[in-house]
Amino acid sequence: MTVMTASRRWSTHVPGAAAAAIALAVFVAGWKALVVLTGYPPFILPSPELVLERFVSAWGDGTIGPHALRTLYEVALGFGLGAGLAVVVGYVLARLPLAERLLSPYLVAAQATPILALAPLLVMWFGPGMTAKIVISALIVFFPVAIATMVGVRAVDARLLELARSLRATRWQVVTTLEIPAALPAIFGGLRVGVTLAVVGAIVGEWAGADRGLGLLINLARGSLFDIPLLFATLLTIALLGIALYAIVVLIERTLVGAR
Amino acid sequence: MSGQMGAIGRIELRDIAVSFASGAGSSSGASDGARLIALDGVDLAIEPGQVVALIGPNGSGKSTLLRVVAGLLRPDRGTALLDGNPVDGPDPRVGLVFQEPRLLAWRTTASNIAYPLELAGVDRATRRARVAELLTIVGLEAAAVQVPSQLSGGMRQRAALARTLALRPEVLLLDEPFSALDELTRERLNLELLAITAHTPTTILLVTHSVQEAIFLADRVVVLSARPGRVVADIAVDLPRPRSLGDLDAAVVSATARTVRAHLGEAAA
Ligand SMILES: Nc1ncnc2c1ncn2[C@@H]1O[C@H](COP(=O)(O)OP(=O)(O)O)[C@@H](O)[C@H]1O
Ligand SMILES: [Mg+2]
Repeated sequence: MTVMTASRRWSTHVPGAAAAAIALAVFVAGWKALVVLTGYPPFILPSPELVLERFVSAWGDGTIGPHALRTLYEVALGFGLGAGLAVVVGYVLARLPLAERLLSPYLVAAQATPILALAPLLVMWFGPGMTAKIVISALIVFFPVAIATMVGVRAVDARLLELARSLRATRWQVVTTLEIPAALPAIFGGLRVGVTLAVVGAIVGEWAGADRGLGLLINLARGSLFDIPLLFATLLTIALLGIALYAIVVLIERTLVGAR
Repeated sequence: MSGQMGAIGRIELRDIAVSFASGAGSSSGASDGARLIALDGVDLAIEPGQVVALIGPNGSGKSTLLRVVAGLLRPDRGTALLDGNPVDGPDPRVGLVFQEPRLLAWRTTASNIAYPLELAGVDRATRRARVAELLTIVGLEAAAVQVPSQLSGGMRQRAALARTLALRPEVLLLDEPFSALDELTRERLNLELLAITAHTPTTILLVTHSVQEAIFLADRVVVLSARPGRVVADIAVDLPRPRSLGDLDAAVVSATARTVRAHLGEAAA
């Protein structure tokens, strides 16, 4: 009883930012403890402060910046392209049962094929520039967003559709004023998953062959440079990039979906 | 709005019959044999400006009949005429208030009321003026920027009514519009409805479950039989207008109520 009230008070009174800070502190402390207890050398497991130091210096001297910028471009374009197409296709799947029957085997097969296996092929086709990464990113984003859109549009209340019909709404008005707004919470569910996958897609693509990007930097840090703290600093950058993009999606969701 | 000839908003139903494919999985295979007949030969004429209450057992096809008049459903047989022309789809002259408010959850009250105007391509300034007017009519000025989840049941129904009134329909179809509300709210909304339609001549076809409500609001009470629905009685209400809640105690009212109930009893049997 007391435990329950205490935990409820805890969860309602500690704001999100404070909770995140505590979680971060626990994570860093655990990491530090592991380094101290095991005594691993920095090229196996560098300490948190060493990684932070390298993170700051690598951002300061322009080691990470250009790579991060390239990855950000690829993610943004891949996500935009993949999610945009997915919303259109998801809508068609929802409203044309025949399309779903014809297309879903291909969609599932594409989703089931490991992106790791596809990436080298796409890099071979499109070369080491941005195109292959954008395509990979878009591919990996596509499925969750398309399915979320399909489910969301199918769930639109038939009574609202009848209302729109009684008001003589055109097909396009029904899409823009009813179906999309009604499906928006579901679509954003897909976008949240999609945006983190978009980062994974770009990194995997760069890993398979690139002239620039955080995936390439990981390969460099671990290989020719043999700078393991830089490798960790790059991982940290990727994680922060993912968190930032996710937060942007959530922010847009809050403004668009708002209080219903 | 256009023309005050008094000849606007005449509804005529001739031999309306509607059936539905019955049972689950009706889309595939043997559906021809088992059809559910909802309406079978409904004849009804409503003069411009008249208020008609439609009453009948559950499933007697009241909602179905309104959907036919609203142009949302094509009858299997018979014709629905509006001012002498066959109804062949939703018509801007006809406004339908559904049994549930059907508000868009992501729009404010004002924006929900503006929705039909938006769809009809009415410009922003005109929209704003009309919405302000409607908010006043239904008494929702204070709730203009709230979303449906913040409104009470009565407020939602009033918003739905205002939305339907936005396009100034000549014919108003009301499907148990206030049935989900408590007695007091309902009486108040009925009074408001009378006041609203008093200064804009409107033909009204109203579905209700309450004999009292039917008599209070209508010039005629039409009783539908149990499925398949057919008109079994058409009873004139001899109560002068304007009416007030006190009129419900008049002797005519109880006499009319007795007649309606007698026919309802037959209808249900
Ligand atoms: N779209 C539909 N599909 C199948 N059956 C329907 C449909 N709409 C109504 N019905 C059936 O038609 C009958 C009349 O329905 P309805 O008009 O809603 O009755 P009421 O409004 O008088 O209660 C009911 O038996 C109902 O189940
Ligand atoms: Mg009904």
